[in-house]
Amino acid sequence: MSSKRIEEIANVAIRFAGDSGDGMQLTGTKFTEATALAGNDLSTFPDYPAEIRAPAGSIAGVSGFQIHFASRDIRTPADAPDVLVAMNPAALKANIADLRPQGLLIINSDAFTDRNLKLAHYDEDPLPRLREQFTLVEIPMTRLNREAVKDLTFSQREADRSRNFFALGLMYWLYGRPLDATVQWIKSNFKGETQEANRRVLLAGYHFGETTELFPVSYVVPSAKIEPGRYRNITGNQALAWGIVAAGVQMGRPVFLGAYPITPASDVLHELTRFRHFGVKTFQAEDEIAAAAAAIGAAYAGQLALCTTSGPGMVLKQEALNLAIMTELPLVIIDVQRAGPSTGMPTKVEQGDLLLAMFGRNSDSPLPVIAASTPGDCFHAVLDAFRIAVKYMTPVVVLSDAYLANSSEPWRIPDADSLPRTPVALRKDPSGFEPYARNPETLARDWVAPGTPGLEHRIGGLEKEDVTGGISYSPANHARMQELRVEKVARVAQDVPPAEPTGPDRGDLLVVGWGSTQGAILSAVEEAQGRGHTVSALHLRWLSPLPANLGDVLGRFRRVLVPELNGGQLAMLLRATYLVDAHSLSKVAGQPFKVREIGARIDALLSGEA
Amino acid sequence: MTAQKPAAGLSKRDFTSDQDVRWCPGCGDYSILSNVQKVMPELGVPREKVVFVSGIGCSSRFPYYMNTYGFHTIHGRAPAFATGIKIARPDLSVWVVTGDGDGLSIGGNHLLHTIRRNLDLQILLFNNRVYGLTKGQYSPTSRLGMKSKSSPQGTIDHPVDPVRFALGAGATFVARTVDVDAKHMQETLHRAHAHKGTAFVEILQNCPVFNDGEWAEVEDKKTRDSASLVLRQGQPLVFGDDENRQGIRSEHGRPRLIPLPPGVDPVEAGVTVHDERTDSVAYSYVLAALARPKFPMPIGVFRAVGRPTYEDLLQDQIDEALQQRGRGDLRALLTSGDTWTVGG
Repeated sequence: MSSKRIEEIANVAIRFAGDSGDGMQLTGTKFTEATALAGNDLSTFPDYPAEIRAPAGSIAGVSGFQIHFASRDIRTPADAPDVLVAMNPAALKANIADLRPQGLLIINSDAFTDRNLKLAHYDEDPLPRLREQFTLVEIPMTRLNREAVKDLTFSQREADRSRNFFALGLMYWLYGRPLDATVQWIKSNFKGETQEANRRVLLAGYHFGETTELFPVSYVVPSAKIEPGRYRNITGNQALAWGIVAAGVQMGRPVFLGAYPITPASDVLHELTRFRHFGVKTFQAEDEIAAAAAAIGAAYAGQLALCTTSGPGMVLKQEALNLAIMTELPLVIIDVQRAGPSTGMPTKVEQGDLLLAMFGRNSDSPLPVIAASTPGDCFHAVLDAFRIAVKYMTPVVVLSDAYLANSSEPWRIPDADSLPRTPVALRKDPSGFEPYARNPETLARDWVAPGTPGLEHRIGGLEKEDVTGGISYSPANHARMQELRVEKVARVAQDVPPAEPTGPDRGDLLVVGWGSTQGAILSAVEEAQGRGHTVSALHLRWLSPLPANLGDVLGRFRRVLVPELNGGQLAMLLRATYLVDAHSLSKVAGQPFKVREIGARIDALLSGEA
Repeated sequence: MTAQKPAAGLSKRDFTSDQDVRWCPGCGDYSILSNVQKVMPELGVPREKVVFVSGIGCSSRFPYYMNTYGFHTIHGRAPAFATGIKIARPDLSVWVVTGDGDGLSIGGNHLLHTIRRNLDLQILLFNNRVYGLTKGQYSPTSRLGMKSKSSPQGTIDHPVDPVRFALGAGATFVARTVDVDAKHMQETLHRAHAHKGTAFVEILQNCPVFNDGEWAEVEDKKTRDSASLVLRQGQPLVFGDDENRQGIRSEHGRPRLIPLPPGVDPVEAGVTVHDERTDSVAYSYVLAALARPKFPMPIGVFRAVGRPTYEDLLQDQIDEALQQRGRGDLRALLTSGDTWTVGG
């Protein structure tokens, strides 16, 4: 065995791409886990089609997983991968435009048959041209894989399923990742010959890297200096589910989820069904409307109730949400946003539901809206949403998106004891009870569950008389109740921390964002500061109500830029609310921002070109 | 606030709220409300454990008039709200009040799924075969050809029958009663409450303003004996007055009329004996398909069979999870699986 040179690098981004049946998401996830164990900071971006198994070899069926890891703090999965592993021509075609110039391109050369080239709409062999632009390494992965498992009784078709483990093993060697955890995982997740095949092929890929002349160098990415603590990898959807469980524990109430399957939110339902021993009841309803209705029923019955959904489902829930606003019941609605109107692109990211969440109901019907900014922040956003929902007796919308849902990052595990404990007290005392009497500070009415003696009362969607809750058509009363509902949500600002820009608190430009764009915005702003610009970033967590000092903060900057994965919804809100000349940087491609896209707009604005 | 009295000591008045009832004079809903208020204290359920849930429509004003917990929700969705309430709190006695438009048009989907899940709920569907609150459009149960504000030339949609709908959805308890028949309605409400599972009750209800006399044949004391067939468990399917007594025999899924002259024993004459507990839903369906004017309209319990309720099955799963995994521990959850420590 030759001993090869090992080179130290600060960061690298790798993209695995193949057929959606090739196991690319699994490969990416395992590489991510090994990378986390190696102590790097990391950020991932799984990108896959909505079709479960599009025809093999077709561009529609290409599934990708990008991981960026480093020996320093990073916030995005990187604009352009340094390495592309393409398992077939379609994967190559769909991803090659992103690979950085002179980047490392590793292909499964066995898959580059005439038939597959044709399926990928290549008229001629693309490899000669690519050899000039990239460092192309051609590896006959299919054959090497079959060789490794040839003495097993597998059919060739079954044997070929292990191919992704070959690519994984090879990348483990190339970037010095530990194998043990993955070997252990294979042992506990597969049986018999499948287990043996996956294990062997993983090692075969690793040893191939070690012995082949194709790779003269391997790399090491030293561990990052990150805040001390215990860490785990977490995706946004998993963090949402765990945040929901934590809310039940910290607030001391049972949890009820009403949900209807919808991409990309379904994983939250799946995850929560595992927590019946935490007192979590999950209900898969017949449709989005029933899911919301059942959750409101559970909230009325005194439980911490929520719904999980995505755009089309969010639309269907609006009538039910308005009933929760009218009856002033606590409820959390999680919208994992996806791209486009109608069905759109269910697995792709967009921040298109902000105005829907805020204004998508008949009449003036405000509710608080909070947006999570990282996968780990999904955990805390849910906890905050429940706290506000119960404190102010109101439905609260949590906005996540398809990017946060599936991306993962190392997450510093919070100490369970340090999480806020906010036990909920339902009203039991019948003396002086009025259904719509309010707490003078929060304007919340009392939460009373059926089953409480002496507090029998009726609520519903008809306009209520102030205090008594009797049905009322009085003009003055309706005006008063509209005002109270608006004022109650405005008072949530008491619980919204003041806006604090990252960077100087006054200057030439403030870049304002919300949700999953935080990593790209912060990276772009830091880079711009490095180029000498007086620019700061401000990321909004609560979008309704906005922080009380936001107007003042905006006023301290000469210009305001609002990058969003929509047509400019927050920009519209800021312009309308503060009469500020906010510039919108809009991207609606179903993909997250690249840092350089934001950086270019910052430069253009500050050089007076835009 | 009055101190809580034991359920046994409650009277009809205790279940009557202070709200003015706002249905039209002569509306069948008054009688239904009065009978429900009468039955409530007899059920032995403390008042605070009773919840009435409704959708939108004339019938759905019902909860405001009951001095229990009440939730007037949105159009068609009452069964879904009730589902959330019952799953959250299986100890509550949950009653859904709906109508033919609310329950079978906009809410048909929820009614179907709630019935098949068999939560322990009572669903009272007031069927007046017309939209009252929106002032007189035809409903999904309106007779074919009915002329209404939205069908001046007569309806062209085939109606749905609530009882057959419920049977088709897999209901474990299905009954029909009539707004003016206080005794029968009270008896039916008792049966519905006693049933463990979803009890679906169609109540034939007159709308004196937009569809007056729709059920006259079965409401009028003069005609009801010949126009309706009262179902009694273990009793032969016999209707009509003494002079014109007839029986019904279910033959290979088809009903046949059997004349019963005085002195003839119905069972010996081959009349089918009613069995609400039979495994075969086909029998109940044949009964439900009996239609005027050839056949009498059946009144009573079509079907009453046992099946585990949704909330009990869910509780079984929770108990199993607790037994296998113990009570959930947040710290253990957060640190489960692969974790690593970065030193300080």
